[in-house]
Amino acid sequence: MAETAVKEKEPLFQFGKKERQLITDPLNDNNPITVQVLGICSALAVTSLVYPSVVMAVAVTFVTAFSNLFTSLLRTYIPKQVRMIVQLVIIATLVTVVELLLKTFNYPIYKQLSVYIGLIITNCIVMGRLEAFAMANKPWRSFLDGIGNGLGYGAILIIVGVIREIFGKGSLFAGSPIELKIIGPTADYFINTTESVMFGWYANNNLMVLPAAAMFIIGILIWIQRSYNTKLVDVS
Amino acid sequence: MEFLNTFIKAAFVENLVLAYFLGMCSYLAVSKSVNTAFGLGLAVIFVLGITMPINWVISEYLLSESGLFGVDLTFLRFILFIAVIASMVQLVEMVVEKFSPALYAALGIFLPLITVNCAILGGSLFMVSREYSFSNSLAFGLGGGFGWFLAIIAIAAIREKIRYSNVPPALRGLGMAFILTGLMGIAFMSLMGIDPAAFASK
Repeated sequence: MAETAVKEKEPLFQFGKKERQLITDPLNDNNPITVQVLGICSALAVTSLVYPSVVMAVAVTFVTAFSNLFTSLLRTYIPKQVRMIVQLVIIATLVTVVELLLKTFNYPIYKQLSVYIGLIITNCIVMGRLEAFAMANKPWRSFLDGIGNGLGYGAILIIVGVIREIFGKGSLFAGSPIELKIIGPTADYFINTTESVMFGWYANNNLMVLPAAAMFIIGILIWIQRSYNTKLVDVS
Repeated sequence: MEFLNTFIKAAFVENLVLAYFLGMCSYLAVSKSVNTAFGLGLAVIFVLGITMPINWVISEYLLSESGLFGVDLTFLRFILFIAVIASMVQLVEMVVEKFSPALYAALGIFLPLITVNCAILGGSLFMVSREYSFSNSLAFGLGGGFGWFLAIIAIAAIREKIRYSNVPPALRGLGMAFILTGLMGIAFMSLMGIDPAAFASK
């Protein structure tokens, strides 16, 4: 009986199995970076440290979620010919909001991310999801889809960031209030030997700081993911 | 002379794809065959070459404090830049559809996605942050586009050949393309730090 009641009047904020799938799907089977190949640029540029990657992940999740929501709300009013410009205006507005917020509350990170905040506009995830999902679905589901894709993107970003920062700088969350030193000697290691460092012998690997390392790491992540998830393997 | 310097620098030394990793999405997705890569590369050169000077004029004469309105309107930069880019891409789309339906079909969704090719907007934002002059911004646009064109042709050619190699199945296609791009990026890094202006002055 409950099912028929649902069919009669669908609640606005339903959260069932399908909705949960909208969030979990992009984390693995339909990951924006490793499967849909969307939004690579920022994944490479900002991941040399974990902290900016986290900020970027939050910013992108915010933008994908709300641009999906607004586009979906407007989807019946947008003429097909100018839909791209309308979508871009929505995205650009949200990104401007993010930029101003960061500039106000966390200027060092804003400086560090520089043009890559602006480049969220052209992050293909946002536009790709608008075209593929929000233009054809109801607002609430589009919103969840946006959150899911933002999280899927953020997960890869943070994994790559953690690997690159540990091996490239020997630290974690450098620049944030909870900076950790994991491996390698700290700057004052030789003077202040009471500092306990787990692997003092490690010399930082400068290759990891280069953007090329992000390419290798994502390549290897794809390799690992596809070894487990064989239905994603490229047959061509 | 300065025009040529900026062009060479943008195309080789500071290659948008291989040094800044901009425009990766379409670079990875459309590089399966040299023919489509060629078409997309040309379209990118065209769009970059046109949007860069237009955006220069906009940021110089409309948005800056000394501009037409006399107010600092830089917060509108993203919206205006992306509007210019979107309309230019729509123009290119119409032209390609009219003159080369085969290429239009081959490029498919990636033609409208030039709009969200980070290389285009990234180029414009770099132009603003580096304070280029008008002719330099034109050279940067054309050079950056040319560098992008070279890079996508190179990876497409490699990917066409690598299809005959024995790559582990899970690494086939996308995974391999990532690792190849990383290697090409490292190769291009050897060009970094070269200053064409230094040669010119000799």
